[in-house]
Amino acid sequence: MSELNIVNLSKRFDNTAVFENINLSVREKEFLVLLGPSGCGKSTLLNIIAGLESPTSGRIEIDGKDVIGLEPKDRGLSMVFQSYALYPTMTVRGNMSFGLQVAGLKRSEIERKVEKAATMLHLTELLDRKPSQLSGGQRQRAAIGRALVRDVSLFLFDEPLSNLDAKLRSQMRGEIRRLHDTLGVTSIYVTHDQVEAMTMASSIVVLKGGVIQQHAEPQTLYDEPENLFVAGFIGASPMNILKGRIAIEAGRPVAACTGFQVDLSRYRFKAPPVAGQEIALGVRPENVCFGEAGGTSNTGVMARIDYVEPLGADTLVWTKVGDEAMSLRVDPREARLDRQTVPLHFDLDRLSVFSRETERRL
Amino acid sequence: MNSKIIGRIGIYAFLAVSTAFFLIPVYIMVTTSLKGMPEIREGNIFALPLDPNFSAWFKAWSSACIGMACDGIRGGFGNSLKIMVPSVILSVALSSLNGYALALWNVRRAELMLGLLMAGAFIPYQVLLYPLVIMTRTLGIYGTLPGIIAIHVLFGLPVLTLIFRNFYASLPTEIMKAARVDGAGFMQIYWRIMLPMSPSILVVAVILQVTGIWNDYLLGLIFAGRDNLPMTAQLNNLVNSTFGEKEYNVNMAATILTAATPLLVYLASGRYFVRGITSGAVKG
Repeated sequence: MSELNIVNLSKRFDNTAVFENINLSVREKEFLVLLGPSGCGKSTLLNIIAGLESPTSGRIEIDGKDVIGLEPKDRGLSMVFQSYALYPTMTVRGNMSFGLQVAGLKRSEIERKVEKAATMLHLTELLDRKPSQLSGGQRQRAAIGRALVRDVSLFLFDEPLSNLDAKLRSQMRGEIRRLHDTLGVTSIYVTHDQVEAMTMASSIVVLKGGVIQQHAEPQTLYDEPENLFVAGFIGASPMNILKGRIAIEAGRPVAACTGFQVDLSRYRFKAPPVAGQEIALGVRPENVCFGEAGGTSNTGVMARIDYVEPLGADTLVWTKVGDEAMSLRVDPREARLDRQTVPLHFDLDRLSVFSRETERRL
Repeated sequence: MNSKIIGRIGIYAFLAVSTAFFLIPVYIMVTTSLKGMPEIREGNIFALPLDPNFSAWFKAWSSACIGMACDGIRGGFGNSLKIMVPSVILSVALSSLNGYALALWNVRRAELMLGLLMAGAFIPYQVLLYPLVIMTRTLGIYGTLPGIIAIHVLFGLPVLTLIFRNFYASLPTEIMKAARVDGAGFMQIYWRIMLPMSPSILVVAVILQVTGIWNDYLLGLIFAGRDNLPMTAQLNNLVNSTFGEKEYNVNMAATILTAATPLLVYLASGRYFVRGITSGAVKG
């Protein structure tokens, strides 16, 4: 319901820059996830959007209106916090009503809105309990309820699920996403958990050291990471990286690695490849298979099986190619641990090629 | 095993001696106050009273002579109440608001303020007596009830503000952020969210102030004026009078009566006092 533009935003504490010249647009009804390791500046960015901290320079526009200098309440947003931050002396009802009371709404209207939000979040039974009488998941739902009762056009989430256990977390992921689909409120969600980002986002911004690494839809981010950091950060088991060089053989680009070659003729280079350039070849574990493939796609990779990690649905087999680690995601029935040296081949349509010098995608 | 027992004995011996150190004077005060003068003159101060009675207490309360007036120290009790109640309420209210502002809002030069508060908390107040006399005289409140109340509030603020600031600084900051996003302002957050979270620290502050103000002698003597002399000042006048026979039983009774108020407050809320101190210190 609202559009957000961040223009040349910088934040410095004393002389250390948290981030500099961030530019970012969030479209209407988007569910944008800010993803990054701790200390990358994502929470600071969220606090600045909320108006809880002020930037050193730059603009933030909500629906075309510059909101820098406005109090949080005047920005038309609400926020869910990692520690839930419920008011401990108030009941769930009190927590949810507080913002509305402060805004001076009529008692009957507050009652109606709280009931509606409570129904949506299955909180009706819990309305008269204090936060200390709730479980972690219930507290988080109450915190979301508090954000929900106010008619806002922007939701901010600051790692709301990281205090929950794994099962509850995946359940709440679904609930938050469903709420977003129902209400259609533009949301910005901060997390360091790439699974949360992949499952919930309509687009993801990867941040590292205060710099936006990539802003893309989840699948694009996974398939075509813009640089080595994103390649390693996204994916439950990271992308395999092999060192090599570009060579041109019979007019076709190949990646020449120690002991084998990979055909790159189906890879979409952004610029024509240059022979001799040092590259890092990225292959997802699920794009590696046992055995030799026929024809030109045979890469001639020989790997020694090291150990296996059964994950249930599939199994991760760790091997050594030369002295570089390489993992394969295979069907559990295919998994083997015989410490043999076996041939592997790659799905040549799903490769990533990075410059080793700039660490960027070629 | 043996060394453990010896250690135990040592601990209890130490505790017994420490307790005796404080309790023996109390014992002597209580027993003496229940004796008659002839019995006291015999000089056995540790002996139990032969015929315990409260006549000295009644005399101390309502008919002992202080200077020319023979009304006991009950007038002082009333004066002390008149000084203490508003001083405690005002100083606790102001300093909790101060501490809240310093801890949770971006106050310009907050560091400097804290430094000054520390200085304020540790400067011996005797140093400031003369300037304060001049100041209160200029303001026209020297020797009046508002004057002494203002003085007590001023001297209470630094320490109490530090206590409240540390308490509020230990609360999770996200609660504050949530309230701001909810649209609440400075006073709304204080009144509706922070104050309901602070009963334990309020008890600590109240006890500190009640004890400090009730037991104060010097400030009351100087700033309260002749009509508002607190109980402690009247007790001193009673006990230190050089006129006539020293009525030790009446003196002891008057002393106990004077000390009773902070003692009762402490006994009634000591549990919260300890809890408040620890919760302010360690709890998030």
